[in-house]
Amino acid sequence: MKIRSSVFASLCLVIEVFGIVLFLRGFFPVPVKSSLSSKSKVSDLPLEPLEGHAANSSRIPPPLFKRVVIMLVDALREDFVFGPKGKEFMPYTRHLVERGSSHSFVAKARAPTVTMPRIKALTTGSIPGFIDVVMNLNSPALQEDNLIWQAKTAGKKVVFYGDDTWIRLFPKHFMEYDGTTSFFVSDYTEVDNNVTRHLDSTLKRDDWDVLILHYLGLDHIGHLSGPHSSLIGPKLLEMDDILKKIHTALISKVKHGLLKNLLKMCVEHSRSNIPLCSGSSQLKLSGHPFALLVLIASYFKTVRIGFETPEPVEQVDFTPTLALGLGLPISQNNVGHLILPVFEENTLREQLRFLHLNGFQLSHLIKDSTPDFEKDPGYEQFRIAEKSHGSWMKLYLEGNTSEVLSNMGKKVLKQYMDALKSMSESLSKQLGKYDMYSMIVGMSIVLEVLFLLLITMAEALSGAAEVDLPLSSALCSLPFYLLCLFCSSIHVMVCTSTESTCYFCSLSWALVFAVIAFFSSLLCVILSIIGRKLFWAKPQMKNILKAQSSDSGFSELDILLLTGTLGHVLSLGASSFIEEEHQTWYFLLNTLCLAVFQDVCRKYFREKKSHRDLDENSYLPSKDDTPTVDYSSRTSALAGYEKWLALVTPLATLVCCRMLRSLNQTGVQWAHLPDLGHWLNNSEHIVELSLLAAASLVLIFLLVQRRCSLVSKIALGLGLLGVYSYRAAVGNVLFPWQQDGRDISKGTVEARFVYIFVLGILFTGAKDLLRSQVISSDTQLKSRGLWEIYSGVVLLAALLFRPHNLPVLLFCLLIQTIMAQFIWKELQYDAAQTTIMHYWFGQAFLYFQGNSNNIATVDISAGFVGLENYVEIPAIFLTAFCTYAGPLLWACHLVCYLSSERERSTAAIGHGCYCFALLRSIPAAAYIILVTALRYHLFIWSVFSPKLLYEGMHTLVTAAVCVFFTAMDQNHAVRT
Amino acid sequence: MKDIEIKGMISAHTIMAASVLMATVLPLLFVDGFSVYGTHLVWLYSVSGAVAAVNITVYWLLGISPPSKKNTLSYKVSKAFRSCLYFILSCFLFHTVVVLYGAPLLESALETFSFAVLLSTFTTLRCLCILGPNVQAWIRVFSRDGAMSVWDTSLQITTACSMIGAWLGAFPIPLDWDRPWQVWPVSCTLGATFGFLTGLVVAPLWIHWHRKQLTYKSK
Repeated sequence: MKIRSSVFASLCLVIEVFGIVLFLRGFFPVPVKSSLSSKSKVSDLPLEPLEGHAANSSRIPPPLFKRVVIMLVDALREDFVFGPKGKEFMPYTRHLVERGSSHSFVAKARAPTVTMPRIKALTTGSIPGFIDVVMNLNSPALQEDNLIWQAKTAGKKVVFYGDDTWIRLFPKHFMEYDGTTSFFVSDYTEVDNNVTRHLDSTLKRDDWDVLILHYLGLDHIGHLSGPHSSLIGPKLLEMDDILKKIHTALISKVKHGLLKNLLKMCVEHSRSNIPLCSGSSQLKLSGHPFALLVLIASYFKTVRIGFETPEPVEQVDFTPTLALGLGLPISQNNVGHLILPVFEENTLREQLRFLHLNGFQLSHLIKDSTPDFEKDPGYEQFRIAEKSHGSWMKLYLEGNTSEVLSNMGKKVLKQYMDALKSMSESLSKQLGKYDMYSMIVGMSIVLEVLFLLLITMAEALSGAAEVDLPLSSALCSLPFYLLCLFCSSIHVMVCTSTESTCYFCSLSWALVFAVIAFFSSLLCVILSIIGRKLFWAKPQMKNILKAQSSDSGFSELDILLLTGTLGHVLSLGASSFIEEEHQTWYFLLNTLCLAVFQDVCRKYFREKKSHRDLDENSYLPSKDDTPTVDYSSRTSALAGYEKWLALVTPLATLVCCRMLRSLNQTGVQWAHLPDLGHWLNNSEHIVELSLLAAASLVLIFLLVQRRCSLVSKIALGLGLLGVYSYRAAVGNVLFPWQQDGRDISKGTVEARFVYIFVLGILFTGAKDLLRSQVISSDTQLKSRGLWEIYSGVVLLAALLFRPHNLPVLLFCLLIQTIMAQFIWKELQYDAAQTTIMHYWFGQAFLYFQGNSNNIATVDISAGFVGLENYVEIPAIFLTAFCTYAGPLLWACHLVCYLSSERERSTAAIGHGCYCFALLRSIPAAAYIILVTALRYHLFIWSVFSPKLLYEGMHTLVTAAVCVFFTAMDQNHAVRT
Repeated sequence: MKDIEIKGMISAHTIMAASVLMATVLPLLFVDGFSVYGTHLVWLYSVSGAVAAVNITVYWLLGISPPSKKNTLSYKVSKAFRSCLYFILSCFLFHTVVVLYGAPLLESALETFSFAVLLSTFTTLRCLCILGPNVQAWIRVFSRDGAMSVWDTSLQITTACSMIGAWLGAFPIPLDWDRPWQVWPVSCTLGATFGFLTGLVVAPLWIHWHRKQLTYKSK
């Protein structure tokens, strides 16, 4: 069966998308959730176990703390308190720690260590899965059972000052609150003063039970100037003073009213890997960002001598500890176990009761999340411990007070602790459990497609641009049926043997069989193609080899394009290179521009070097002179001017790229650096932003309108005007004739006005295309139609881009125009080379827009343009379009360019489409293998998995582009 | 003929490589607290100074630089002046290219410029020594199949190696290992230096192996 390269490439990509979807389904674990959708209630609590008797009191022991102050200091590193810096800058805290009236722990936090998931972890006790972060982009309020909700329901009054993320997570939970935004990183005094100014009045009052303070200043200093900054010392002193103030206030309260108070200093590591963390290689190497808990209470009396290194605990352990300390039920999805030393002052009975409550909650969670919970060692241990607890209680209530009893109690305590630990571990491990079978099936489909693409490369890139797939012979062959049987038997074996749930097994039989048949037929096709190559090509091999050796081989540009593509794929193995992928692309793009510049120089200077300074030019062989002189005299007038433009083009591109690079800082390591985008978005610079946006829009119009029909020109102009008025209505830019009193609206009317023009332009373009295909095979009409579609895409991008990003669009158009005019046409690059260059530019522009391989940089606001409220499908489409606007624009331009260059090679579009598919398949397949190999890597959730989502999305977008390519290639098929 | 030239090249290159090593080791005796990472700029200047001095002396002694037709003093002075001008221009050119590659524009401009000076020493200065301040000859040498002597070939190889070294040297910068050699521009200068040394070693070997295929057009 012969099919065209473009059809073949689109088919491959579509299949690959399915493979990736299957892989993703297996890769992302379903978060551990309790089946009960409600929240824990006091009445649900289990009874205290007691042998023989049916019922005992179900009450919780009296709360340990009457009042709790939680002080969160973002980015306070462990060594700031326990290291040498601590002595100097945090004397009071150190004093408390060393005196022994406090407990200190170093708490391990799990990725993703962004503020929101960390707060979630602290309050719910669950380990937030990565998918949680993605799913919760839309609903910010925390719905799960959590500590704050429990405290509120128990009638406790919660007061909060600090990062406004809390307020968004817990709306209406706080009796009193004042949020500060963490957006302005450059400010590190006001954010903290905003918190501290409430402190004195609050501490004097008695009407609250829980006070939460979240300090951001230290984190901001870390972002600004790193962990060794001189600003850190004073900040630490300030924090120490605050701590002292709170502590003394609480102690005086204790003297007056004999209340038990707890001051908890807790540290949160927001935004992983950012300066404060990466500053210390030890922390980074050991992998987990740490958080520090110093529990200081007037209550702890044990005096420990000396200064011990703090014990490591999990950050989620904080939740059950605090909940039980306050006498609240533990939240349902908690996976932490309580920190026993905190309760060391309680009686043994109370301690056992606390452990029992915690264990009961964990065992419930295990019951809900694993089908065969009976086999879980932690669960078994818990059962045993519960039983011995019961018999201990019996002895205890009988009044036995001997040594035996306390020894036995300690044994029960240890049993409980072991059970808790192992249950907690098995629960957290579940988060890291992968559905390997689905992953492998998805991966093998993707790999097969990649192999198919690779072995057909010679055919697909040949002049005919047709691929011969021996599908019918493969389907009728014996190996195909054998393979089908084999795969089915494997499927049955896998699905009946595994205990854990598997997505691929849960699919219906027909679907599974279709996948298996498809998989085996692909394999047979690949095998038969390889066989054909081996048998048929043998005699021709010599010729090919001869031809290759006679050919000069690759040029520098080809080598660069190849090594760049492969090097980028290899770089995906390092987490830092994924975080900083934009740097790779910028670097490659720069090198590409320089290589192109060298090509241009070679083309124009070879001829030029002849007749100047002939006296110095003593080496020039004289025979070279004659033809070159001829050439330069022939085309002197026009070529002179064109030559300089061609020479300037790569350099201008370089300068443009450098400017765009400073527009949006992305990535992780240097993301905090000030960039032009932030400067422009500052409300003081609205005039500059307005001017910039207006100028960009005008220039965009000038660049795009050249090849449009008159109607589209007018529509485009009005549309761009609409874009500006939309931005003015939203309040991003100033209207010159704007009245002062105008409110900031949502700009729905303006945005819809632009949408109408976008649709109009797309419609005219589509109409032209259809006409060119059905009525007359007029290439002029076709290329105009394509260009109109392209301008429609540009208009939509202009609407969705934030105003400070409009220069990205402008430079994109500018570079496309000049490169097409002076470089790609002039230097006779073939379709494959042009496609690779377009792909590289597209990738670089993806990052110029401010995207990164982190989900947080996706600009969700684009999904609300022109919509009154959140509507899922258009919002997702618009967001995806806005995010991938760069690659899309370059792909669209590629179609326009290649079809306008039709006279050179009729197969250009097919080649371009094939190259696009190959360029996408190689990194996608490599990345899937890599992620599977690194699935137990520390940064798998924080770095690798977001990138995996991006890869999947990118493949989907590329598949859509390739289908468009194929549609454009139709004409070619009709005519030949 | 060629063998003698290759031997001469080997010795010249050995001296140059030795000068790089000496420039790294000797300042230990004279400068307090000298280290390649710690006082990186000092190291950089000492290396580029040493390489420049050795280059000029060696090629002057070997008499490889192009024979000038006019032997007048004024011509020599103007040639020297033009060489200096070209060198400085190439420093600025390299600086611009490095900034285009993403080096900060204002911050650590001195470091960037020092790096540009080092690169110029490894590439432009050798061109100046071997080819003289003659742009046409440079274009000829660096266009494909333009080499006309073993020295031209060695120039091609060392220049390409230095450039590729500097290019590869930029790769470790985004890694988050927090090593002293990841600071800008340490990895790039080290990359360029290693590339240069590799080029010095590789050039005579490559010429030796390909001496049959290498046919130079007569001068």
